[in-house]
Amino acid sequence: MMRLAATTVALLAAPATAQEALLPYEIVGDTIPKSLTGAPGDAERGRAVVVKRESTCLLCHSGPFPEQRFQGDLSPSLKGAGARWSEGELRLRLVDAARLNPATIMPSYYRIDGLTRVAQNYRGKPVLTAEQIEDVVAYLMTLKD
Amino acid sequence: MTPATRFAVAIAALPLVAGAVLPSPAAEIPLNERRSAYEDMSRDNKAMQDDDTSNPGILGVLDGEMLWSTPAGASGKSCADCHGDAKSSMKGVAARHPAFDPVSGRPLDLEQRINLSRQQDQKAPPFAAESKELLALTAYVAMQSRGEPVAPPDDPRLAPFIEIGRALFNARQGQLNLSCAQCHDDNWGKSLAGNVVPQAHPTGYPIYRLEWQSLGSLQRRLRNCMIGMRAEPYAYGALEYVDMELYLMWRARGMKMETPGVRP
Ligand code: HEC
Ligand code: HEC
Repeated sequence: MMRLAATTVALLAAPATAQEALLPYEIVGDTIPKSLTGAPGDAERGRAVVVKRESTCLLCHSGPFPEQRFQGDLSPSLKGAGARWSEGELRLRLVDAARLNPATIMPSYYRIDGLTRVAQNYRGKPVLTAEQIEDVVAYLMTLKD
Repeated sequence: MTPATRFAVAIAALPLVAGAVLPSPAAEIPLNERRSAYEDMSRDNKAMQDDDTSNPGILGVLDGEMLWSTPAGASGKSCADCHGDAKSSMKGVAARHPAFDPVSGRPLDLEQRINLSRQQDQKAPPFAAESKELLALTAYVAMQSRGEPVAPPDDPRLAPFIEIGRALFNARQGQLNLSCAQCHDDNWGKSLAGNVVPQAHPTGYPIYRLEWQSLGSLQRRLRNCMIGMRAEPYAYGALEYVDMELYLMWRARGMKMETPGVRP
């Protein structure tokens, strides 16, 4: 919580932007088969997104991040995620995990509708940008064992 | 708004996932499995809370003891002039707050109750939320209940407010779309990036938090969790906080009061 709060303070300085529409995407079965941006993500940048506090992943997850002392255990380890899931499955899990399991605690990282009392500085913004989602998907696909 | 309409609003705020059945609220923790966050603290932090000579919250309590017997306001009276020795007159009082106030027709928490007495009886201006004075007096009064079981009043007029508090506790909110219950009922004991998720019992408040380097109220704690969820926190004193405090006390019924608690 302490670290989350510190993050909030840092982001308060950013100017509030007007609500931007999300890029459209198509769900097929339990996947989003196509890249949100139309371009492949960058795995190295994706790893950096995952370990960054503001992204919130390591609040709940652990994984192959020896440099991160604080990792969570509210959910499965990210280790081997790229072997368990296809790219399209991972994309939907990041974009809107609640679609697959309405009771999940995992936040929807690319969604702005259906939310309640969002803090002013986060209103109308997804947790991650489309580019960041693609980078994280590319990174998770490298986690084969 | 009446309690009933506010309840409806709180319920309407629950997000509906298109085409999905509304997930049932998380199961409440069985009474005999409840534990204070104290149990999961380090040996050093426990020792700090246990020993009044090292518990930094006691400094605030001592300030509160002084305020208790200092005359204030147009009445020229101190709390002690009306209530005598707090050790007997205030024993158990914090354990049964928030309590129903017939004038406002709603529950008041201990801080609000103290400020009401200040205004009505002492004819003095209320202390500001989170002021040193209000925290000190609240901690002094609450410490007189240390070791007593949490005993929410058996008052049917409180029932609708407990339900509002419960609905707020179970409602998802903020950019991360989490509910209090998802962490504190469903995932207590697990590690949130290295922090043990507690069950969220209000038994130690006001607490001395090492991170804050000061005493802080239960509302300050709730505000912190809302900021963590990236939800817009309420203003101090908001009805929603008092209803949540009431629900948390009801949820902790029978547990031991431990004010002033120490938390990392
Ligand atoms: C508040 C908790 C929470 C946060 C934050 C969170 N997750 Fe999750 N995640 C879960 C849970 C719980 C599951 C298990 C499946 C479910 O409940 O939907 C999960 C499942 C997953 C899975 C599938 C895991 C598997 O192999 O079964 C992936 C991949 C994943 N999360 C990636 C991420 C990434 C990347 C982030 C950050 C951008 C993130 N998660 C943030 C709770 C969280
Ligand atoms: C993502 C997880 C999470 C959510 C959601 C959450 N909390 Fe917490 N809460 C924590 C953690 C972790 C702590 C322990 C303190 C810390 O590490 O900052 C805590 C501490 C508390 C405490 C203090 C317990 C003590 O013994 O001092 C209370 C009370 C509390 N939370 C209530 C709430 C309420 C009410 C909500 C919803 C408005 C809420 N929390 C939402 C994780 C959460």
